[in-house]
Amino acid sequence: MSAWTLGIVLLLIKLLVVLVVLLLLAAYLIYVERRLLGFMQLRLGPNRAGPQGLLQPIADAVKLLTKEDFIPAGADRVIFLYAPALVAGTALLIFAVIPFARGWTFRGQEIPGVVSDLNVGLLFILALSSIGVYGVALGGWASNSKFALLGAIRGAAQMISYELALGLALVPVVMLARSFSLVDIVQAQARLPFIILQPLAFMIFFISAVAEMKRIPFDIPEAENELVAGYHTEYSGMRFGLYFLGEYVTMVTLGAMLAAFFLGGWRGPLLPPLLWFFIKVFIVVFALIWIRATLPRLRYDRLMEFGWKILIPVALLNIIITGGVMLALRR
Amino acid sequence: MQPVNPVTLSPWAPGLFSLALYTAIVVGLLALLLILTRWLGEQKPDLEKARPYECGVIPTGGAQFRYPVPFYLVAVFFLIFDVETALIFSWAVAIEDLSWLGWLQISFFIIILLVGLVYLWLKGGLDWRPQSIRKALPPRS
Repeated sequence: MSAWTLGIVLLLIKLLVVLVVLLLLAAYLIYVERRLLGFMQLRLGPNRAGPQGLLQPIADAVKLLTKEDFIPAGADRVIFLYAPALVAGTALLIFAVIPFARGWTFRGQEIPGVVSDLNVGLLFILALSSIGVYGVALGGWASNSKFALLGAIRGAAQMISYELALGLALVPVVMLARSFSLVDIVQAQARLPFIILQPLAFMIFFISAVAEMKRIPFDIPEAENELVAGYHTEYSGMRFGLYFLGEYVTMVTLGAMLAAFFLGGWRGPLLPPLLWFFIKVFIVVFALIWIRATLPRLRYDRLMEFGWKILIPVALLNIIITGGVMLALRR
Repeated sequence: MQPVNPVTLSPWAPGLFSLALYTAIVVGLLALLLILTRWLGEQKPDLEKARPYECGVIPTGGAQFRYPVPFYLVAVFFLIFDVETALIFSWAVAIEDLSWLGWLQISFFIIILLVGLVYLWLKGGLDWRPQSIRKALPPRS
């Protein structure tokens, strides 16, 4: 077998493993979240399908696939049918630039621990998360439902507002690593993870990312007690499932992004790199579930004012101060 | 136009080839899911069922209504600030080379940006409280 064919086969195996693990993580995250929320609220959560309810994600998938694929009257059919794929697709694609391991050597050839080490990886992530907004806005608009449109407008306004703070919080990371590539950013944290140098940027990034994911306490676009389900009110079957899948894949990729930008990526003592990566992702994901079980929903004006009047000015000042300190300490 | 670098097409390097293959697999998977749900799901269209859900009340009027201006304003503000974020990023990646002069220039730029934000704030562009929005509307006769 030539090196090229072997390379293709190994690459295909690697990509499929990455994708399957990502999808399984997302599917089981739904189960883990329901179960943990159950325990935190002194109830059991799903425990019927299989031992401890472990087959619940599979039962959910079968159910979603066999439900009627419903299109409401007056909907914009084409946009309605494809908007959910935009959300799930961008969430899955973001993972392509995140390094998850040091890499392996096979027959003298390097197999990198990342799908694609783009030299503009960070901008790629920001661009894809912007495209994700389209999935929400178009899906809600095409449903021909008042609840869905309200949810979509709120969602679009919230997501673009917090995207500014999200991007600005990453500027200090770029300054410290002097690169947009996530592999280089992880490499730059060999001595110190950036969370120690940039705790403020970490906080801003984390809060804005929770708002980007529309999770509690920022879940006003799908506030169920006033908007039924917000932008996905009219969706059923696997199209609803794709919105859901996108949301939970985003949770996993957020954990991976936080690990790569602030927690030192796959680096860590003693344990193998891949394991450290998963530990960091799980810590972030557990924190997200814990926040959901603890905090109430913010009011809309508070939400927008928090993003525009606190996070953005603080992030901008943080950039000036970080730049000054970095240049002053330069050797 | 640069000639295609053989390294970017190599399956061993984590370059564009790998990304293109990953994208193709993701798109294929999503297409499969969308086709499966259409094919497996039972279709029983019904006039009552097709109505948009409004808690059991028959909907009145279209759903594509006019939405409040503040949402539109936010999109305009976002456009301005996002372009400026792009400029800040291009400075951040070259911070060492640009040195103090670059820092002074970007600080000046960011301060102007902050002044713009304060101006928006004072003008009420960032006010989302229902009272302040109602105040901005012309009085009802």
